[in-house]
Amino acid sequence: MGHKSDIKLIVDGKRTDGRTVDQCREVTMEVNVIPAADGSAKVGFGSTVALASVYGPRELFPRFMQESDTGILRTRYNMAPFSVDDRKKPGQDRRSQEISKVMKHALEPVLFLQEFPKVTVDAFAEVIQADGSTRVTGINAVSLALVAAGIPMSHMVTAVSVGKADGELVTDLNGKEDNFGEADMGFAMVHDTGEVTLLQMDGELTLDEIKKLLDMAQTACGQILEKQKKALRDFYVKRGE
Amino acid sequence: MENQVQEKKAPRIVLPGEFIDDLKGRKTNAGVYIQDDKAYSQVVGVPRVGIYEVSVVPLSGKYIPAFSDKVIGVVKEVEISGWLIDINSPYMGFLPLSEGVEEYVDARADLTKFFNRGDIIACRISRVTKTKSVQCSMRDMMARKLNGGTVIKVTPSKIPRIIGKNGSMINLIKEGTGTEISTGQNGYVWIKGENQALAMEAILTIDKESHMPGLTEKIEKMVGGKINGTQE
Amino acid sequence: MQEKYALELINKGMRVDGRKLLEFREIELKTNVINKAEGSAYVKMGETQVIVGVKMNMGTPYADSMGEGVLMCGAEFTPMSSPDFESGPPSPESIELARVVDRGIRESHCIDVGKLVIDEKNVWVVNVDIHIINHDGNLMDASALGAIAALKTTKIPRVDLEKMEIVRNDYVADLPVVHTPINVSVCKVGSNVVLDPTKLEEGSIDSRISISVREDDKICALQKQGSKGIMIGEIPGMMELAMEKSRELRKLLE
Repeated sequence: MGHKSDIKLIVDGKRTDGRTVDQCREVTMEVNVIPAADGSAKVGFGSTVALASVYGPRELFPRFMQESDTGILRTRYNMAPFSVDDRKKPGQDRRSQEISKVMKHALEPVLFLQEFPKVTVDAFAEVIQADGSTRVTGINAVSLALVAAGIPMSHMVTAVSVGKADGELVTDLNGKEDNFGEADMGFAMVHDTGEVTLLQMDGELTLDEIKKLLDMAQTACGQILEKQKKALRDFYVKRGE
Repeated sequence: MENQVQEKKAPRIVLPGEFIDDLKGRKTNAGVYIQDDKAYSQVVGVPRVGIYEVSVVPLSGKYIPAFSDKVIGVVKEVEISGWLIDINSPYMGFLPLSEGVEEYVDARADLTKFFNRGDIIACRISRVTKTKSVQCSMRDMMARKLNGGTVIKVTPSKIPRIIGKNGSMINLIKEGTGTEISTGQNGYVWIKGENQALAMEAILTIDKESHMPGLTEKIEKMVGGKINGTQE
Repeated sequence: MQEKYALELINKGMRVDGRKLLEFREIELKTNVINKAEGSAYVKMGETQVIVGVKMNMGTPYADSMGEGVLMCGAEFTPMSSPDFESGPPSPESIELARVVDRGIRESHCIDVGKLVIDEKNVWVVNVDIHIINHDGNLMDASALGAIAALKTTKIPRVDLEKMEIVRNDYVADLPVVHTPINVSVCKVGSNVVLDPTKLEEGSIDSRISISVREDDKICALQKQGSKGIMIGEIPGMMELAMEKSRELRKLLE
């Protein structure tokens, strides 16, 4: 956030990619794209693309990590070296580790992990192309992959980014808006219940702006949830035809 | 399987969090959770709304052992007091010596002469603790060692469909392919005989297309036979 | 067992140490506690103790921020501060702490980084290091408070431009700190909202939002933590509470 720049992000109400302020980029979703996984998905928001796979429930080692009364969820967010302009050094940097942690907290509330004592559900999100909003794209993908893996869940989790660019409140930040905008808020929720499971923000916002952004995020999540559902129905109804 | 979905079209599929039906005093089974006396799905699956029970047959997911399940297992390790059994689950089964062999066995005996690593058995889940320690038993009519043949893996919830009503589907495949088949509720299916490959193909087709209309006809055509009387 | 007791009390609107749910523990704040550091602070929030040291070093600016100084923030959960911490690579918790404190400082634009240029190639690198001395809960708020207190006392050393060397202990200016962000972590325990939990109470927390507020009431960083969700309608109220409490805490820095 907040790199000083002369780039105009919004001109006549249109964003750099032609969108209106509250419009998401084209959202693409597909499930079970990685056959080796118990469940997987691929999600794109414009040119940001994330893959997710879920393995489990499976045995957990080392044994001291096992919880006798519940299963655990482990998450890993990662960016491929080629996903960004300047090659990213492979492996988990501090940013990835932090995102892995908040991703876990974003998904845990919907999982019935107590049905699986001692074992683990492992979820991996891999960003293969980055153009802003990578963590929320990853969360949407993992949410789908968990359903595809048959992990018992109370609901699906839906995520979106909102923020502020050129003084306007916007939905689904692209890379430019992410880098040069005034604020970026990562958001995930259980849309059916109104429960927020991911909330991160950096930037400069008034309370009123935050209230408006929460509204915009909720509306966008409603639309994205429909796409998640469609991706699952498309796979499970159409396969075998 | 008294709670069959009647319609012949592609059945309704529910996703996690989707409303299935008001509970109205009925029991729930796997794949369902209750909130405010309403049944919701936990998984992607086909809802079964019966007179006494509401459940969802999941379209994916791992086998979680339950008491009295009949499973096909593969001996993974021979231990001092019994055998560790792979039951296609995140939880290993344990077959204690006393549950595995009828006769008296000396404590120092070599247990590999009863069951060795890689052996295939049909057994019953005789105990599951709260923390999912799982005990298997051979003390059951159906329990036996399965010699030769091969084990394939299918979605555990599809096993009833593979068996069919009163065994109609599995008998069709057995007769059509000249094979012996034994199914476990854990999703392992043991096949042995003449046309093992065709039987395997038929079973994997049911696994993939269990919720699609016209499946019975497709399998009949595949193995060259016919299920008599009422189908499914 | 004790954790359960703490939870029962919170459910009744009480605390183990007799505080109200929205009351902070007593805070002791000392600055200039480390003479080797260009800025430093010691925060004692109840039994939680944190030392923050600021070291000023020369370095090159980031390619996308030429003409600006560099801020770096780190946190170390020293094994001496809690039986739960082990030596080894930084834990996800310590990384999250450092990154949340970092965002509060960075996004509030509290340091005028444009003034941290030494010459065409070199800028000041402001290293903020958080050292946990004793962990008794609410490390986030204590660390963020220590960080801004340390920055406010940080002095810029003289640079011998011929040798291109820093002359330590010879200061030419104060670090230009133009805003005062304060972090307040608003915690949810069941239906209750709790501030400044002890380590014992942290065992009962369902979720919390760390909220960084500037003196002009602008909110400059948010981070939800914990494995339960928060109803969307509750969030604005939690922010208002953070704004109110931040004013109280900011007085400690005056």
